[in-house]
Amino acid sequence: MIRFDQVTKLYAGTTRPALNSVDLEILRGEFVFLVGASGSGKSSFLRLILKEENPTKGEIHVLGQNVGRLSSRKVPYFRRNLGVVFQDFRLLPQKSVFDNVAFTLQVIGKSKGFIQEAVPDVLKMVGLAGKASRFPHELSGGEQQRVAIARAIVNRPALLLADEPTGNLDPATSAGIMTLLERISQSGTTVIMATHDAGIVDQMKRRVIELVAGQIVRDERQGGYLTQAIPVQQGFGTGAEL
Amino acid sequence: MRFGLIMSEVGQGLRRNFSMVVSVVLVTFISLTFVGAAILLQMQINEMKGYWYDRAQVAVYLCTDTALAAHCNMTEATEEQKANVAAILDSPELAPLINAYEFENHEEAYEKYVDFADTSEGDYITPEMLPETYWVNMVDPSQSDVLIETLSGTPGVDEVADQRKYLDPIFDALNAASYTAIGIAALMLVAAVLLIATTIRLSAFSRRRELGIMRLVGASNRFIQTPFVLEGVIAAVIGAVLAGGATVAVVHFFVQGYLAELMASTSFVGLTEALIVVPVLLAVGILLAALSANVAISRYLKV
Repeated sequence: MIRFDQVTKLYAGTTRPALNSVDLEILRGEFVFLVGASGSGKSSFLRLILKEENPTKGEIHVLGQNVGRLSSRKVPYFRRNLGVVFQDFRLLPQKSVFDNVAFTLQVIGKSKGFIQEAVPDVLKMVGLAGKASRFPHELSGGEQQRVAIARAIVNRPALLLADEPTGNLDPATSAGIMTLLERISQSGTTVIMATHDAGIVDQMKRRVIELVAGQIVRDERQGGYLTQAIPVQQGFGTGAEL
Repeated sequence: MRFGLIMSEVGQGLRRNFSMVVSVVLVTFISLTFVGAAILLQMQINEMKGYWYDRAQVAVYLCTDTALAAHCNMTEATEEQKANVAAILDSPELAPLINAYEFENHEEAYEKYVDFADTSEGDYITPEMLPETYWVNMVDPSQSDVLIETLSGTPGVDEVADQRKYLDPIFDALNAASYTAIGIAALMLVAAVLLIATTIRLSAFSRRRELGIMRLVGASNRFIQTPFVLEGVIAAVIGAVLAGGATVAVVHFFVQGYLAELMASTSFVGLTEALIVVPVLLAVGILLAALSANVAISRYLKV
């Protein structure tokens, strides 16, 4: 599903790599937590999978494609197989919930009929069945994140990337979001979630990959959020945030 | 579905940047009007050149008793000398270059003079003072130099003059005017291109959230790009249509309605020429707008 071969990412003008010789394999249907302090390389990791960045060294295979060799013309089509969710939701404020989700399908050229069918389905799945005509500012944070998740999965991607999706939410709301992500994972979608939330990681008992200064220091199944101290990072503001 | 979506994006962009779009329209309008004026001036010059050069003849003035040129020795050209000049004009070297020539004697020259000049001066002029002349029509007027070189210095010939040289200052002035128009047009077009690029960047910036999401969910570059390019092209087309209208109006009301009546003997460019210019202006406007919008938006397409 995803394979990193000796991947190093060095941003221009810095000496310390954001990722340093990372070797990794993630299988179909896995639910993976990506943990580590700010600046440890989590966001770079996700950006590389999305091909928002290219690796300085090494090879990345995602969904059977060598991402490094993907021509920029093909990148849009590659991304149609991926869903992404962010901490700050990134909804379009002047569009209703329905239109926010439909927008994704419109811009990749899906038919009106398909959109009319798929959007209500996915809204129902994320628990927003009655709120299709609301606007983002009328929703709570948790509901906005549900819209963002609906948008990410409406095209039934094989892979869902989530960059601190619960970072702006209170614990109860976060739990709801996690239940939703778990449900998505059970339907066969691979989920990779970068997070700082120890409680969630401990509770879920899924695979945990911990990054420190761009290197994998821990990769265990059914792990917890062991990191006690938050290591001080050099090179503050490396531009590695997504 | 996608066409409708793209058009609604275009409409949104045009509405959101209304003042910038208006300035793009105005700048393209003015710059393309100058382009149109320059093209029409060139057409006018060509038309006048064609008209006058066809009528311009080479005059071979023969010596008279009063001719000042040294080789004339103040004596009238003899009959042999006239025959000799005619023989040279008929010679196999010159004949192919010459369409026709005719001889004008003293009396004919005097009649022409009296017709043309103030009669009070005519009192002092006698037919003998006006040179006898061979008027030569060239096949190709630009080859008059050959005739001038061959005949200058021939006994009995006072001077060989190409009438075209009297027209050259007029054409020089018209050419200068058309180059000025081209220069202004070029500067204005640069301004138009930069303004279109800025407008498109502004438009893209105000829609950067949408653009970010489009790129994230895998909208193709062409899909992202098209609304912006269309936005620039639509503004430029409006400007080009206005410029075309202005060009046609100038030709119709000023050139045909005023100049042509003022100088009835001169032929001027008409609506046919103006209507040739309009599609040229449209094409220039569309091409420049599409190119600059494309370059401006490419920055937002980097993946």
